[in-house]
Amino acid sequence: MDNGFLDAFRMLARFDPDLVEIILLSIKVSFSAVAVALLLALPFGALLATWPFPGRRALVVLVNALMGLPPVVVGLGLYLLFSHRGALGVLEFLYTPTAMIVAQTVLVFPIAASLSRQVFVDLHAQYDEMLRSLGANKWQILLTVFWEARRSLLTVALAGMGRALSEVGAVMIVGGNIDHVTRVMTTAIALETSKGSLAFAMALGIVLLALSVIVNAAVSFLRTDNGGAVHV
Amino acid sequence: MTTTTLFRGIALALATGLGLVATPTLAANPFITVQSTTSTQNSGLYDYLLPKFTADTGIDVHVVAVGTGQALKNGANCDGDLLVVHAKSAEEKFIAAGYGVKRTNLMYNDFIIVGPASDPAHVAATKTVVDALKAIAGAKAAFASRGDNSGTNKKEIALWKATGLDPAKDSGTWYRETGSGMGATLNTAVGMNAYTLTDRATWLKFGNKGDFKILSQGDPALFNQYGIILVNPAHCDNVKVKQAKTFIDWMLSPRGQKVIGSYRAFGTQLFHPNAPKG
Repeated sequence: MDNGFLDAFRMLARFDPDLVEIILLSIKVSFSAVAVALLLALPFGALLATWPFPGRRALVVLVNALMGLPPVVVGLGLYLLFSHRGALGVLEFLYTPTAMIVAQTVLVFPIAASLSRQVFVDLHAQYDEMLRSLGANKWQILLTVFWEARRSLLTVALAGMGRALSEVGAVMIVGGNIDHVTRVMTTAIALETSKGSLAFAMALGIVLLALSVIVNAAVSFLRTDNGGAVHV
Repeated sequence: MTTTTLFRGIALALATGLGLVATPTLAANPFITVQSTTSTQNSGLYDYLLPKFTADTGIDVHVVAVGTGQALKNGANCDGDLLVVHAKSAEEKFIAAGYGVKRTNLMYNDFIIVGPASDPAHVAATKTVVDALKAIAGAKAAFASRGDNSGTNKKEIALWKATGLDPAKDSGTWYRETGSGMGATLNTAVGMNAYTLTDRATWLKFGNKGDFKILSQGDPALFNQYGIILVNPAHCDNVKVKQAKTFIDWMLSPRGQKVIGSYRAFGTQLFHPNAPKG
């Protein structure tokens, strides 16, 4: 085994531009995906939690099941869509960070929808009757529930971020792992492993883990700093 | 920190996220997309060669390194401007089907069989690759096959055909198909002391060799020809013909051929240019 393990940390210590580029792209792609997924999934989760409609139960089961979507399947499906011969080929998303964001959004959405639904279900049960008795209308109740859920929803965002940062199957296929364009931490790790540079690959893995710890620590700080009740 | 600050933070985060989504890919230079075999990337050839091409022409090259089989498939789907692959008969089929314009020899190296130093099947004593494979099959010694329809996998299957044996019927016992790229297959082979067929360039640059050695080499049957193909603009109207042709012409030119020939690792030349002269 070579001394690639130390090499990786030396690269990090001197802010090696290639490594920094890869780390920043990882953050950019996963962060964007989680942001978009939350924007779509939170209202959807709230709807599932509070609005009875026929087939809701089946939809909940489906969304829960989709939390386990294999990334490689999402990657393949989106490749077929985004390929120049595919239905959305004209968008020219294939082999761009945008395609990677879409892929991770698809992966994060069911997690965000399912977990946020549970948060809303619990809070709704807690507040609905009380707010109704105070004469609040449906929208006021919804807004209050949203507001009360804010910290728990941060945990939902973190779960999504974990999924997005760690997946490799989808971004490898739709991103193509192109150097300086679509190479992120996980695809770089896969590439280094295939070169047999196992120590270097492992060191990149530890950097990725550290990144995850930083994100989680930051959110943990935000959550507890306010001293308010945490609904989880 | 107040909740207002917290939520201002979240709002900012969301806005940043959306801003990033809306930002189109920044590219100063025009670029072309190359669907490529993995050996040219894993061996470091592109890292060495592409900056020189970009400096000469101002064109960026986006390399999608997959197996030859997948590269041809992606090319047929118009997801690249040109291909660098190594499976001549499959390439000719690709041209015949109208997916590619023209196939030109680019460079060659050779395949080798690597295996554990203990060499349980006595492969090192064999003279030809056919005898080497027969020895492995005879000893039922573990052999890791790519099993992924890549150029190397196609070569391996052709070599087995020449032995008159059918290892696929023993798949799962001594004949093990990894269904993975060359590097992943080498990792697996080293992990289970299995022989495997690899291109020399990937092997030389491979960092996890364990006690593995080259045990069969030099047979003319192990010749490994790389070809370069322009994706057919008549089939794919998105092909950047001008830039892609610039790349192909550069690779085939005395300058490009010299660059290919000058790439060395551990004192060994990895690819031998053999584009047609003139």
